[in-house]
Amino acid sequence: MAFVTANWNPLGEAFYRKIELYEMGWNLKDGLRECLVAAAPYGGPISLLKGHNRRSPSDRPQLEIYSSSGLPLASFPWKSGVVKQLGWTVSDDLLCVQEDGTVLVYDLLGGFKRHFSMGNEVSQSQVLETKIFHSPYGTGVAILTGALRFTLATNIDDIKLRRLPEVPGLQGAPSCWAVLTQDRQSKVLVANGSHLFILDNTACTPVTPPGLSPQASSIVHMCVSFSYKYLALLTDSGHVWMGTSNLKEKLSEVDTKIKTPPKQMAWYGTLLLFPSAVVMWDGLLIVVGECKETIQYHLDDDSILVPELDGVRIISGTHHELLQEVPGACEEIFKIASMAPGALLLEAHKEYEKESQKADEYLREIKEQSLLSEAVRQCVEAAGHEHEPETQKTLLRAASFGKCFLSNFPPEQFVSMCRDLRVLNAVRDYTVGIPLTHTQFKQMTVQVLIDRLVYRKLYPLAIEICRYLKTPEYQGVSRVLKHWACYKVQQKEESDEVIAKAVSVKLADAAGISYSEIATKAYESGRTELAIKLLEFEPRSGEQVPLLLKMKKSPLALSKAIESGDTDLVYTVVMYLKNELNRGDFFMMLRNQPVALSLYKQFCKHQEQDTLKDLFNQDDDHEELGNLYVKASYKDQRLEARIALLQSAVDEYYKAKNEFSAKTTEDEMRLLRFQRLTGLWLHNNLQCTLSIQKSFLPQTFDQKCTLLFMIKTKNHNKYCCLSHRDMEGAAEAAIERRNESEISTVLSRCSATTDHLLMERLNRAKATAVKK
Amino acid sequence: MASHLFCGRVNLNILREAARKDLREFLDKCSGSKAIVWDEYLTGPFGLIAQYSLLKEHEVEKMFTLKAGRIPSAAVKNIVFFVRPRLELMDIIAENVASEDKLQPRDVHILFVPRRSLLCEQRLKEKGVLNSFTNIDEYILDLIPYDGDLLSMESESSFRECYLENDQTSLYHAAKGLMNLQALYGTIPQIFGKGECARHVANMMLRMKREFAGSQTQILPVFDTLLLLDRNVDLLTPLATQLTYEGLIDEIFGITNGYVKLPPEKFAQKKQGEGGKELPTEPKKLQLNSAEELYAEIRDKNFNAVGAALSKKAKIISAAFEERHNAKTVGEIKQFVSQLPHMQAARSSLANHTSIAELIKDITTDSWLYFILCNMVRNAHLNMPDVFSQTALLSCVSASEDFFDSLTVEQEFMTGVDTDKVSTYIEDCIAQKDPLIKILRLVCMQSVCNNGLKQKVLDYYKKEILQTYGYKHILTLKNLEKVGLLKPQSTMRNNYPTIRKTLKLWMEDANEQNPNDISYVYSGYAPLSVRLTQVLARPGWRSIEEVLKMLPGPHFEERQQVPTGLHKKRQPGENRTTLVFFLGGVTYAEIAALRFLSNMEDSGTEYIIAATKLINGTSWIKSLMDSPEENLP
Repeated sequence: MAFVTANWNPLGEAFYRKIELYEMGWNLKDGLRECLVAAAPYGGPISLLKGHNRRSPSDRPQLEIYSSSGLPLASFPWKSGVVKQLGWTVSDDLLCVQEDGTVLVYDLLGGFKRHFSMGNEVSQSQVLETKIFHSPYGTGVAILTGALRFTLATNIDDIKLRRLPEVPGLQGAPSCWAVLTQDRQSKVLVANGSHLFILDNTACTPVTPPGLSPQASSIVHMCVSFSYKYLALLTDSGHVWMGTSNLKEKLSEVDTKIKTPPKQMAWYGTLLLFPSAVVMWDGLLIVVGECKETIQYHLDDDSILVPELDGVRIISGTHHELLQEVPGACEEIFKIASMAPGALLLEAHKEYEKESQKADEYLREIKEQSLLSEAVRQCVEAAGHEHEPETQKTLLRAASFGKCFLSNFPPEQFVSMCRDLRVLNAVRDYTVGIPLTHTQFKQMTVQVLIDRLVYRKLYPLAIEICRYLKTPEYQGVSRVLKHWACYKVQQKEESDEVIAKAVSVKLADAAGISYSEIATKAYESGRTELAIKLLEFEPRSGEQVPLLLKMKKSPLALSKAIESGDTDLVYTVVMYLKNELNRGDFFMMLRNQPVALSLYKQFCKHQEQDTLKDLFNQDDDHEELGNLYVKASYKDQRLEARIALLQSAVDEYYKAKNEFSAKTTEDEMRLLRFQRLTGLWLHNNLQCTLSIQKSFLPQTFDQKCTLLFMIKTKNHNKYCCLSHRDMEGAAEAAIERRNESEISTVLSRCSATTDHLLMERLNRAKATAVKK
Repeated sequence: MASHLFCGRVNLNILREAARKDLREFLDKCSGSKAIVWDEYLTGPFGLIAQYSLLKEHEVEKMFTLKAGRIPSAAVKNIVFFVRPRLELMDIIAENVASEDKLQPRDVHILFVPRRSLLCEQRLKEKGVLNSFTNIDEYILDLIPYDGDLLSMESESSFRECYLENDQTSLYHAAKGLMNLQALYGTIPQIFGKGECARHVANMMLRMKREFAGSQTQILPVFDTLLLLDRNVDLLTPLATQLTYEGLIDEIFGITNGYVKLPPEKFAQKKQGEGGKELPTEPKKLQLNSAEELYAEIRDKNFNAVGAALSKKAKIISAAFEERHNAKTVGEIKQFVSQLPHMQAARSSLANHTSIAELIKDITTDSWLYFILCNMVRNAHLNMPDVFSQTALLSCVSASEDFFDSLTVEQEFMTGVDTDKVSTYIEDCIAQKDPLIKILRLVCMQSVCNNGLKQKVLDYYKKEILQTYGYKHILTLKNLEKVGLLKPQSTMRNNYPTIRKTLKLWMEDANEQNPNDISYVYSGYAPLSVRLTQVLARPGWRSIEEVLKMLPGPHFEERQQVPTGLHKKRQPGENRTTLVFFLGGVTYAEIAALRFLSNMEDSGTEYIIAATKLINGTSWIKSLMDSPEENLP
């Protein structure tokens, strides 16, 4: 405790501290020398490729993956091409960029996932240098080819390759370059000697950093900050220029007085008050800040720098350290002779534990200034920034002690800090090896932390954390269990039954589990039977369908789709089956599923009339066939064809034993046939007929009635009968025309009971007509 | 803007706001200026959710109707298709997209309403345009808030699809809509239902609830009960002519998406001094919902009682305007002036409804008055409504008795008079070639009230119809038979009289002015669907087991677990809330009857109504018709 400040170094107004995170668990013979190294941010895994330039098949390079504490996660000989660069994606996947532009993707336990190419142009001119970067769109890869051109993919999950414009005057490899994200676009900043260019999709623009010291003739190194906000340039004269990455503003320029090119340069976190950069040479580390001063550290071993949100991690062959600016609250409390309220409270608590009355004096001092709540707040915050559990405890105890003297002090901050710290201490543990700071944890969110634990297959810990933090089951425990199950189903040595049982037992009570996802995993690893077993647990029948189709279990897929009630899904399966099966089998399958059949009929009605006919034929549905012919008859303009279609309809209606429809249809055919016979007459006289109709027929007669009437009166056509109500009209017309035979016809159709008035009139008219 | 949604027992504006939020989110996904290409059918329903101003706020600059060929030119960054998932629309979209200018590419998006469809996406893929879309999304719009106590899916052909084509898509959407509703208003603990479709929807709901276990929201249930009713349980009600004010407006002019279009003549502004102003030619478009105080008051009254209500209102308003003479002090005048806008709105609302009432009177001709007169004589209510003058009443007796005759026949059928023989009235109507739908409504009604017609009678009607209106209607007749509206009598006994008596479907002494029973909405006939609802609330369906068995489809009860701690503690005297969902459509008269039940003093239950669509006999029969057009050379 007394030595909290022992590792503090002042720089300008701030202090910096270097904390040892782990003594590395690995056993590296040559340290990090001659290794390709990549370490993921947020305390992620470390990958090493030893002897990456070796090409002989007998002596292959070895790819190794370790946790941040140096525990081995995977190790295997590299059998592919020459690797130029290693890097980690945001979801803890390892990217290995090969000389030929192929990028291989592995998970963090060394399992191969997939590969993709950076394009023909890259594979032809080979990769010269490459950088892996993160942007809001995901993880990207930038490549400088042997032809001195840049090719960029902003998101490896959705690869859209972009070739950037040429850099003017570039003869050999540029002295240094970096990728920035600006205006929602990834750009490349290139230094060629003392010239600086920004390359975007369309142009190569020369830029000049404001106030860059004139002694410099070449920019030898550059780096951008975590958030792409700041840029640091190191010149051959040993000056570090720091400014904003849009090159509009200069923050400071510091002379390191070292002119050899450095091994690595990195930005400190940009969350801090004083942005600063770290430059590393062999055996030497220099921190440069806004002021002109520097801090120098000596390094015993080959090391790499891993920039973080709020500091830089230094990984060497033996140790893992965190270099960070001392957070405000810690500084207030632990700074020598600090009179800050937090410091006094800590002191008061110490005295209290010693049972000394001084505790009261300190407390009074804070309370007199009404700063007690501030003091508690400081202690809680400082606890969050301390790595040693003992220090955390001391600070939290002090805070808890101070809280006793406050009424209405909101407890949330204290409670959530205790929870967070318990989680952080658990994942920082040597066996887990995720050295997150509290700031990083808050930025990364619990969700992502759970994901990371799941990637490492630390399921029990992940579940414990979910339960402890009371994460909603849906996003927490259930999700972890699903991942566990997905892993479980890939275990080849266990039988289907054992796995299915294990999965169902463990997942039984978990809500919102997607069994179909687990089943998909099982299917992908070649275990169809297991997949089917697992699918049975899936409550959402809709979800089961795509996988069942993939597994060629189409009858099951169809019944599941129907079960879900989602007609679109049923259609999807039906269409799939239609393409998969021969027509006979397809119809057979539909026949057993009436819901699917009627949906398919609907589809055919609009899209494939002919198929519809086949379907009705298969079912011997003569009624529907008849209807189909009737509908078709209206689509045809030619009278001949219409009559033929109606005849087919009549046949079908008879087969369906629907006398009524058959008879009515026959009547319609006769009418049409008559029109054909007298077609000419009808055409020529239609207008004329209509006008006659208007003049001498009652208004209620429409065109067809008129025709019927004409036919009747002229030809004594027996089968075209007039309905009861038309009789009056017919009589009216016949009387008007004084045609005896017409009158007789009408008369013959009258019934004595209902129409006797009409008959009287007709008889009178007939008499006058005869007289004439 | 949506004040009509607040007034009910359940704040349906939450639903509307949720829908608006989704719409905004989608529009913002397509950044930059945009043009919307509308599936014409959707504009009406969308109007109930958002006005143009909302779209404009989100950079919608142009709107087009979806049609084949090219999209009209517009200087916008995005083209957004708002469409129902239908294959024929996909073909048009594919054509639109294919003829886009390749040199000036625009971002194209597609928004499926109410749900994405794999089938449609497959079609777009086949047409080679699927990759042209930047966003393919769905806009879940199942239940649209229509009024303070009314939700509609605005799914026009849902009855036809369910009962004629055996396509249950709209039921799936209904179930989804109910799940969505439960996400906003809490789990509904009790589900009752009657009919095949109701069973299907309830099954899907229970299944979906299982599927979404674990992601439940902790909301205190707003609805106590859900009642799902198949339209085919009660085929009779929509066939009858609705006699409420709103019902008649719908019967005569048709209300679509909450708007009615009226002939303009009656609405010509009569201003003094301007003399003979030209008559407007555009139809007058009025929005009808409970935000309008007067309309809320009279919409559900029997039309017979509307006249009196209007004249009473007129007196109140003119009295209110007279108040100005009494306003002496500055304070009083100020108060008067502050009320002016409200009074003026009330006055114009009164003018509108007086005109509508006149229009209805004109169209139902004087026979309507005749009908009223008869009713009045029957009920011995001789205090005339003011709107109808004595002279008109006298002239009416001799005038066309069409409307009255039609009502009389309807009422005869409903009371079971001579339903088993050919009706001379229907015969006359066919001979006079009255509108076919009118005939079909009557014939179907006769068939329903007689539990099927004698084969001879049925064939006679069918023959008459085909000979008079044309052979092409043969398919329509077949459709009506398929859905059970027309049927030959089976050997089974006609059970309609039993149903009528048990459920008291016919009330001899319906009081139209001061109703004491739901039968006032049809001047005597109490809608079966609403009776079922009423009996369910009290004394419960167990009392009518026998009748329920006579009606088609199963009846059932389901319970849904409500998380502990969310059980409602009812205050003494607090009413239960029941959501009644009509699968296959609901009429305005049924809504009026349910509102009447809600407002009854000792009912103990308030009703919120949901339906696949608001229907009336005409629109309903129309949706079942299949009459190919003559295509002669």
